Amino acid sequence: MKLTLKIWRQKNAASEGKIVEYPIDGIEPDMSFLEMLDILNDELIVKGEDTVAFDHDCREGICGMCSLFINGEAHGPDRLVTTCQLHMRKFKDGDTIFIEPFRAKAFPVIKDLVVDRGAFDRIQQSGGFISVNTSGNTIDANTIPIPKHDADRAFDAATCIGCGACVASCKNSSAMLFVSAKVSQFALLPQGKVEATDRVLNMVSQMDAEGFGNCTNTGACEVECPKGISLENIARMNREYLSASLKG
Amino acid sequence: MAKSALLKSSIAKKVAMALSGLFLILFLAQHFFINSTSVFSPDTFNSISHFMGNNPLVQFVFQPILIFGVVFHFVMGMVLEIKNNSARPISYAKNNGAANSSWASRNMIVSGLVVLAFLGLHFYDFWVPEMVYKYVEVNPLDETRYFAELTHKFESGIRTAIYCVSFLLLSLHLWHGFNSSFQSVGFNNKYSKSLHTLGYAFAIVVPFGFIFIALFHYFNH
Amino acid sequence: MALDSKIPGGSISDKWTNYKDHINLVNPANKRNLDIIVVGTGLAGGSAAATLAELGYNVKAFCFQDSPRRAHSIAAQGGINAAKNYQGDGDSTFRLFYDTVKGGDYRAREANVHRLAEVSTNIIDQCVAQGVPFAREYGGLLDNRSFGGTLVSRTFYAKGQTGQQLLLGAYSAMNRQIGRGKIKMHNRHEMLDLVIVNGKARGIIARNLVTGEIERHSAHAVVIASGGYGNVFFLSTNAMGSNVTAAWKIHKRGAFFANPCYTQIHPTCIPVSGEHQAKLTLMSESLRNDGRIWVPAKLEDAKAIRDGKLKPTQIAEADRDYYLERRYPAFGNLVPRDIASRAAKERCDAGFGVNKTGEAVYLDFAAAIERYGVDQARLKHLDENDKALVIKLGTEVVANKYGNLFQMYEKIVDENPYSTPMMIYPAVHYTMGGTWVDYNLQTTIPGCFSIGESNFSDHGANRLGASALMQGLADGYFVLPYTIGDYLAPDIKMGTISTDSPEFEQAEKNVKQQIEALMSNGGSKPADYFHKKLGKIMWDKVGMARNAKGLTEAQNEIAAIREEFYKEVKIPGTANSFNPELAKALRIADFLELGELFAKDALHRNESCGGHFREEYQTPEGEAQRDDENFAYVAAWEYKGNPSDAVLHKEELMFENVKLVQRSYK
Repeated sequence: MKLTLKIWRQKNAASEGKIVEYPIDGIEPDMSFLEMLDILNDELIVKGEDTVAFDHDCREGICGMCSLFINGEAHGPDRLVTTCQLHMRKFKDGDTIFIEPFRAKAFPVIKDLVVDRGAFDRIQQSGGFISVNTSGNTIDANTIPIPKHDADRAFDAATCIGCGACVASCKNSSAMLFVSAKVSQFALLPQGKVEATDRVLNMVSQMDAEGFGNCTNTGACEVECPKGISLENIARMNREYLSASLKG
Repeated sequence: MAKSALLKSSIAKKVAMALSGLFLILFLAQHFFINSTSVFSPDTFNSISHFMGNNPLVQFVFQPILIFGVVFHFVMGMVLEIKNNSARPISYAKNNGAANSSWASRNMIVSGLVVLAFLGLHFYDFWVPEMVYKYVEVNPLDETRYFAELTHKFESGIRTAIYCVSFLLLSLHLWHGFNSSFQSVGFNNKYSKSLHTLGYAFAIVVPFGFIFIALFHYFNH
Repeated sequence: MALDSKIPGGSISDKWTNYKDHINLVNPANKRNLDIIVVGTGLAGGSAAATLAELGYNVKAFCFQDSPRRAHSIAAQGGINAAKNYQGDGDSTFRLFYDTVKGGDYRAREANVHRLAEVSTNIIDQCVAQGVPFAREYGGLLDNRSFGGTLVSRTFYAKGQTGQQLLLGAYSAMNRQIGRGKIKMHNRHEMLDLVIVNGKARGIIARNLVTGEIERHSAHAVVIASGGYGNVFFLSTNAMGSNVTAAWKIHKRGAFFANPCYTQIHPTCIPVSGEHQAKLTLMSESLRNDGRIWVPAKLEDAKAIRDGKLKPTQIAEADRDYYLERRYPAFGNLVPRDIASRAAKERCDAGFGVNKTGEAVYLDFAAAIERYGVDQARLKHLDENDKALVIKLGTEVVANKYGNLFQMYEKIVDENPYSTPMMIYPAVHYTMGGTWVDYNLQTTIPGCFSIGESNFSDHGANRLGASALMQGLADGYFVLPYTIGDYLAPDIKMGTISTDSPEFEQAEKNVKQQIEALMSNGGSKPADYFHKKLGKIMWDKVGMARNAKGLTEAQNEIAAIREEFYKEVKIPGTANSFNPELAKALRIADFLELGELFAKDALHRNESCGGHFREEYQTPEGEAQRDDENFAYVAAWEYKGNPSDAVLHKEELMFENVKLVQRSYK
């Protein structure tokens, strides 16, 4: 396959960036998208040019590091995949592919396609935990039975990989899906209910402080989420937040 | 956490947006009901209109609340829009929003502003003359004037066309707004699917009903 | 220097308790005067950082990813073992201990393994309290499944994402402490050297991967939790960034490196598809609970499949060779990983491989789908003879158990594994070897600890499934917090350690010089070129089956690549900026040294055990032939400037509670 890549290049956080065009040839349909970029980078090195920086690590869709906005969609045109799981068979010979970083004020660009998602960590630090010490001296794990249905839903929410595709896809750069996934996970478990009030208030307040936009329920986040985190979580967080606010 | 933070929080804003929207939906429903009577029975239309125009509760309690609701929904919508735009200072060179969301959901500000502009026209057409008629010129009560006033306005083809286009946009606004409001207040459960159907039905029936009424009077004058 | 493993006295089941009763403690007021550096934030590092901070120490944590949540522990799929015996199927601490020692082919340290089995139950309690959403049964209690090499169901799991859920649990515990200011988190940092002051580890030199700045960080103790070194093979199930650098740097500063040749080749990975491939993807071992592994029994069928003329579903039952069930009737498809991997290689080497490259076997769920389908049909009082219905119901059950794995497979291979068998092949997965540590998890450098996969201690020559998560969390939550206190107790009055000492200065200078040399060598080849070359040698000659000739060649070839690397590598960009190629090259430089030591260790170990299989040492049936008389020891290598000059130190392994026999899973 022969492709034209239009890639956002930006030297560092302070400099201005622009889209640069790169032709590439010899791409096999079985290659992953990132392997295609590996090939481009190897070519750039041989030519003596600086490589295109992009975040990636596990390359099996679980670490949440890869974060490319491909042809106008977070993680590209396939569904329920991260960028590293996207394969070139989703493209045709001769295609032009736009590759841009996940864009949001709260995700400043570090270089090229690499952004700083520290805002997500800070939101988690503000309340995304259950305050038990890790002494091991807790009660036996089977002391509190948890309905399978609740445990499964908590698990579904907990599968969020924190990649930021929700923010990148949202026309408002809202982080509601990400925050609500954590709030929901704990709200659904008896262990998490103890601190539920403070948790949701603190996490939402940190989310707002980071400069994310407001949710307008377009649903783009749910569609683009590589883990299929449901909008139900956002509704749950809205409920949790309202009741927490009323409790004060 | 301070109480003031609640009022400033993003979730509080969207809940406020949702509640004002739901309130306007209720208003729209009753407005539609009243207008639809004009198709079947000018007399019924006249008598309900007269009631609405002269009942003190409607005039001095509901009407100000409604106006406040409209203004609030608009102002809050603009505040959110400005904040949301600033959350992404550099936009994408290529953004395929259609892949993951409806046009209606992504363009609430467009449909909202069109509806707002229409409201301006609507006020100019009906509300301002009504206020002048009742409170400035203090004309005597006339329980039968409403139907004629209504049909008079739809004599103009241009006005009728504007009317139709605006309601088309209102339909899109409701297509997203109705269900979005419920999601914002935290309603998402096993009844949501049925509610969504209801929302889409409302978004079609009511605006197109208004369009029907307009066209009905345009062609029957 | 003689190795002192510092194993406490007493009977095996009392050692840990006695030890804890007699160590020195640091009082809470003094803990806040002590700094601890933790490098790596996976299950081991993350849990250690959180626990140490809770205890009151000032923790400085480092990870090369953009967030501690992304450490590669997150990719562990199948589960975590614990001797809870919730199923009442005969499990116990002793049995977990026994299974682990046996599974490790009798090359692990008994005392460490027993301690691991003892604390395993606390891990589950702890994680549930933290909100880890483990799978549950309808009654609301925790569910278990079984894993390779055991006869009980002791594996706790969260669908195919157990590692993720456990890591996010540790991450949340860290976040709580970061929020409180007790952990200072350094994301996107790579440790590039250890600083030793007066014979004790007192800090590290780290490179800020965003700015390129070389930074000095001091502490009273340094904990290495940087994971394994499987990426020395280039292709592995490790993350792209997984590296040996931190562990290798401490090795070069005096920490002995133990059993580097013990590498686990995981049997169920998605086969290599082409030259361009950058990484391999694991399919959880839990799939072997329900999947049956087979190849065609006839060579001509295998050939027809490779040529695309036959489909696996067209091969009749009688023409299939379920070779694991055939060779190991007792354990069947659930034999330990090393055995399953070698058996797959044996079949493929004999010409029965089933993909284009001839290096793949089938993992088939048709039987499981049918079995579950019939169960469900009966349960729901539906017609169990309705084939389509049974398959539909069975598919639902399988999807519920392994849905995400099947989806992952389909995305990569573009085939539907519900209707056509999966293709799998072994791939490098985990490294049992690592920095040598004593019972306290301390390396041969005082004050430098090594936990989780980066140490060597608990898995011997082969790790059983679902034990890595157990070890990582055991070390971090429940072991290190005790042992490090014992070490730190005398340091309470030291005060903050200055980073202005000549030792820090010298270490920083060395790092800067190495970077400078790499940046300015005028080469022309990408760093990956050398990594791939190294990986090919490792896989071909130091991989699943090794022999003296190949290992000798490998040592020389790796040394030659290393030389070429320093002359020919081309790193674009600058040193003082975000430069992923520089970060990569620095890691590859260390792999190029480790690879040689790896081969040297494999050559010296004239026996086969666990993941180390020497072709010269096998039983007539092709099973690994241990030599307990001469090799029941830990090979700990001391750095002497060149990997080939490394000096061997032996820690003899004493087996007082487990009888050494040839492992049999028949």
